Parts: sequence; structure tokens; C-alpha cells
Amino acid sequence: MSAPMLDIRDLHLSFKGHTGLTEVLHGISLHIQPGERVALVGESGSGKSVTARIVLGLLQDLPSARITGQVLFDGRDLELMSSRARHALRGTAMSMIFQDPTSSLNPVFRIADQFHDVLRRADPSVAKAAAHDRAAAILAEVSIRDAQRVLNAYPFQLSGGMNQRVMIAMALANEPALLIADEPGTALDVTVQAQTLQLMRRLVEDHHTAVLFISHNLGVVREFADRLYVIYKGRMVEQGPTDAVFADPRHPYTRALMAAVPHLTGGGIPEIAEASPDFAAPLVDHEAEAPS
Amino acid sequence: MVAQPAIVQRRDAMTPVLRLLAKRLATSLIVLVGVSMLIFAIARIIPGDPARIALGPNATAEQIAALRAQLHLDQSVFVQYGYFVADVLRGDLGISLYTNRPVTTDIAQFLPATLELILVAGAMMIAFGLPLGIWSARYKGKWADNLIRLISLLGVSAPSFVWAVILMLLFAFYLPLFPIAGRISDDIVVTPVTGFLMIDTLVAGNLRAFADAAWHIALPAFALALSGIGQAARLTRANMVETYERPYIEMARSYGFSERRIANRYAFKPSLIPSLTIIGLDFAAMLGNAFLVEAIFAWPGLSRYGVEVILRKDLNGIVGTVLIISATFLIVNIIVDLLIAFLNPRIRHSQRAS
Ligand SMILES: Nc1ncnc2c1ncn2[C@@H]1O[C@H](COP(=O)(O)OP(=O)(O)O)[C@@H](O)[C@H]1O
Ligand SMILES: [Mg+2]
Repeated sequence: MSAPMLDIRDLHLSFKGHTGLTEVLHGISLHIQPGERVALVGESGSGKSVTARIVLGLLQDLPSARITGQVLFDGRDLELMSSRARHALRGTAMSMIFQDPTSSLNPVFRIADQFHDVLRRADPSVAKAAAHDRAAAILAEVSIRDAQRVLNAYPFQLSGGMNQRVMIAMALANEPALLIADEPGTALDVTVQAQTLQLMRRLVEDHHTAVLFISHNLGVVREFADRLYVIYKGRMVEQGPTDAVFADPRHPYTRALMAAVPHLTGGGIPEIAEASPDFAAPLVDHEAEAPS
Repeated sequence: MVAQPAIVQRRDAMTPVLRLLAKRLATSLIVLVGVSMLIFAIARIIPGDPARIALGPNATAEQIAALRAQLHLDQSVFVQYGYFVADVLRGDLGISLYTNRPVTTDIAQFLPATLELILVAGAMMIAFGLPLGIWSARYKGKWADNLIRLISLLGVSAPSFVWAVILMLLFAFYLPLFPIAGRISDDIVVTPVTGFLMIDTLVAGNLRAFADAAWHIALPAFALALSGIGQAARLTRANMVETYERPYIEMARSYGFSERRIANRYAFKPSLIPSLTIIGLDFAAMLGNAFLVEAIFAWPGLSRYGVEVILRKDLNGIVGTVLIISATFLIVNIIVDLLIAFLNPRIRHSQRAS
């Protein structure tokens, strides 16, 4: 087994507020191999986005955040790195896709200009014209045929699905080793979401990009991920290969999740009204057990 | 071939802006007509006979009657307004009873000084107000932010004539760093071309005179600009703080753009439009505020002329001055509106005319 691309070990996160420290992550562990697609599933507020932001190094600079534990990216400990070195990874070695494509693109710049800035992260000297050509080539990869029109447009002139493709293209433009997708396309309608996810899946496979896929949608997770982690209130409760977990969900919370989503192709995770005390049961790890 | 769609799109995109321009010009004309009627009526309601004031106490009744007839003062207000409109359309604002010259000549002499003062103050508003707002938002909650907010609050808390007195006392009187009055030192001769001293001195290639003019304008312009600087900084900060909460800022961070670039580009540009609107309003308001600042710094601008013609009930002078100030106000507003439309892609690229 090769060294993991991303290795999170016993990660704790607390926020300092006026009522003192509130712990949000209670020691989670997660690893992603190079080129592997891993899903992180859990209800709203369980700590998925903060995990993503720690990996990107965005929370480390927040004065109210207290972080302990290890986050190894490509074998290097993010906590031991200087803020500057962490910064250098962002947009180059790792990138992120957000929930609502249209509000995640800057409204007052043309797509071409935003692309130019993204490409400059990997190659600071890239000229406008060269960036334009490169962007057009990447847009073609996400099945955008009239790339010139899209590049000259502002986000509000494009459909949500088109903006989503643009975001995917931007995120992969610098050939990152790790892509974090935080509930991508949840704001889009279901068919468009499914289309763009398929596209994203094809691309990350082609480019051998590791993905941390955060999702509300168990149906999508089943399609997309090789392995999955279920997080509940800042604790991992179940992990394993996607097929194994779906075939045999053992943790009470995972079961509740799956029971709450009868249609695997649509909808998100509704709030699970009755939180059973069983949900606090320890981690179920499908890989820890010897295969029989 | 590749660049062609972009060009076509740009040409189409100009039409909404042109439409906006046409609309604003039309409404401005209506406003101008309204203003002229109003000021024309008011000037004639003020008690006192302009002919008698102009001719002095020793004039005979016949002389006064003759001047009244010459000025059409013996006819109804409506007829007088008709004469006035016909004259204005010919570019004739009548003779000033105060200077005994055509009002247009007076305005041509005094307006550039006022415009120069206002333009320099406006430039200061943009050059200081916007960066202060950007820093304040970028360092929100830190000492730099608190300091800038204090300065901005101070700036907006006093009207410009108060600042004029304070600045003059501090930096021209106690600490004589700047001249106390006037537009330029007496020993410097500038041939008027545009009437804007900072341009005329440059045209003449006289850098020493340019520096002298800049040195004279600095204090009055700053006094005039201070509240606008404060307002621009406060508004820019407020808008940017809101913009900083938007998803596209987090996305910019996730791509590792520097905080400086995020502040100056990604957060600032979407926040710029409301700031420009307030700067435009302040800019136009300066036309009024300049009156007192000019008086304090003995600035030979339109305000001095305006005060004189009001005191002498010089009807042509009053109407001409107000008309020019209104026209300038409207033109400034149109320019600001166009600028905003041009900077806002949503207006520039809107398919339907609003
Ligand atoms: N900057 C912050 N300050 C304080 N609490 C935060 C902050 N960001 C997130 N939290 C809290 O951390 C928890 C996890 O949030 P998040 O990771 O966004 O959840 P989700 O799984 O829905 O993405 C939530 O309870 C949230 O209120
Ligand atoms: Mg989230």
C-alpha cells in the first residue's frame, strides 16, 4: 500500500467563544490514497466543512480556532509547516469546489480573468493570452463547446450547471493531487447535479486526482466514492469501502441515515429527529476486520 | 477568428449604457428647465428694485424707468421668462449689474477656480477614502481598522467650513506650512488657457508655478474633501465587510490568493459601486459646500461672485450662477451614473433596457 495523499490523525478542533472553548471535532481520523475517492457523510453541523477547511489550511489562521492532532498531506505535517508553505499548497497541490457555483464565482470579473488568476497560482508568469488558451482547453474537458463565450461571460450570464463545470475546470486546472468537494452542486437541480458529478468523476479518474467528497446525498456517494466515512457530531462512527458499508451498515447512526433516505438518487439527509443514545456507539471499521 | 465573438459582444454591450445616457440627458434637461423657472421666479420675488440698486440713490425716475424697460422689468414675469429662455438658447445670460459685463464672461472667469477646487477635492476623496476603507475592512477589528474608523468618524462629524477654519489655523497660521489664502503666489504670472491653474502652469511648462498652485489648493481642497473621505471610507468598509462573507471570497482563499489581492481586487471591486454612488453625491454637494470654504480661504471662485450678486440683487448674475451650478451638478451626476453603469457588468450587459 502506497503512502496516503492525505492522512488525518486524531484531529481535534475547538472554537473559542464567549462561553469558553467548544469542541467541534473530537479526534477524527481519515486517510485518502493517491487517486482515491473518499466520501465524508454526515448531517448538517457534524463537522464536515471545518475538516475540509483545516486540510486547506484556512482555519489555522483563524484566531478563535484551536487545532490539535496531525494532518499529513503527501507525508508532510501541515501543522509543522509555516503559514507560507501551507499557503503555497492551496490552489496548486489541492483545490476545492463549493456548494453553490454561481455565488462562489466572483460576480464582477469575467470567467477568463478568474481563470487567469487560478492559473497564475501554478505559473505566476503565465500571460493573459496563454491563460486564455489553456482555460479554453480545460473547459473543453468539462464538455463546454463554446469556450470563448463562456470565458468572456460573467457568472450571472451563465446557467448554474455551466458555472459548476467552470468551477470543476478551475479546480482541476493546476492538476492538484487532492480535490475537496464540499457538497458540490447541492444548489443545482438534481439532473444537472448528476450530470456535473459524472463529469467530475470522469475527470478525476483521468487525472488520477484524490478526492475528499463531502456530501449530504447518500445516493450520490454510492455512485462516486470508493470508500466512505460517516461522521456524527464531530466523531467518526463508521468507515469502510462504499459497497461494504451500504451492504451492511452496522452503526445505528449509519442505519438511521440510510433509513431516512428512501430514494437513493435524490434528496439530502433530513435532520434525523430522534437522536438515539446508540449513535454515540464506537467506530465501526469495515477494514479493521479480517476478511473471512 | 478567435477574438471575434468577444468584439461582437462588447459592441452589443454598449447599447444599454448609451440608452442610459440618453435617458439621463433627457431628465436632466427637464430638471434644468424646472430649476431655471424656480430661480427665475424666486429672484423676482425678493423685495427691492434691481434697477434702482444698479443705478444708485441719485438716479432719476426716468433713468430707472428706462433701465426697467430695457431689462423688461415692466412686463409680466411670464414675458420676462420668455425673453430669458430665448437669450439662454443663444448663449446669452444677460449683463451683470454688478460687474457690468456679460454674466457668461463672469462665469467663465470664476467657475474654473471653483471647479478646480472641487475636482482636486474629489480626487482626494477617491485617493484617500477608498484605500482607507479597504484597509479598514481588511484589518477588521485590528488597531488599523479602529484608527481609520475614528478618523472617518471625525471627518464626517464636522462640516467642511469648520474643517477649513481648523486646518487654516493649524497648518497655515500656527504652523505656517501652507499659504493662508489665494490660488497662487502674487509674483507668479500665469497666462490663462483653461482657467485651471494646475493645468495652465503645466501647459506653460512652469513646474515651479504648478507646485505653487498645488501648494495653495491643498488645504482648501482637503477641508472640502474631509467629510467625503470619511464617508467613502466608512461606506467602502461596510460594503467590503459584507462582501467578505460571500462564498466567492472563501473560494478565493481556497485558491491561495494573497489577502492583499483578495482585499484590493476580489472584495473591493464588488463593493465599489455603492461607494462610487456616495462619492458622486458628495462630489455634487461640494458645489454648495465650496461657497463657505472659498470664503474662508479667499478663493477667487464662483462663490464670491455668487454672494456679491445676491447682495446686489443682480438678477442676471443670480440666475446665471444658479443655472451653471445646477448644470454642473447634473453633469457630475450623469458622469457618475455612467461610470457606475460601466463598472457594473449587470447593467452593462443587461439585455433589456431598464
Ligand atoms: N468559525 C466558526 N466559529 C465557531 N463555530 C464554528 C465555526 N465554523 C463552524 N463552527 C461550528 O462547527 C460545527 C461544524 O460545522 P461545519 O463543519 O460547517 O458542519 P457541516 O458538517 O455541516 O459542514 C458547527 O456546529 C458549527 O456551528
Ligand atoms: Mg458544510
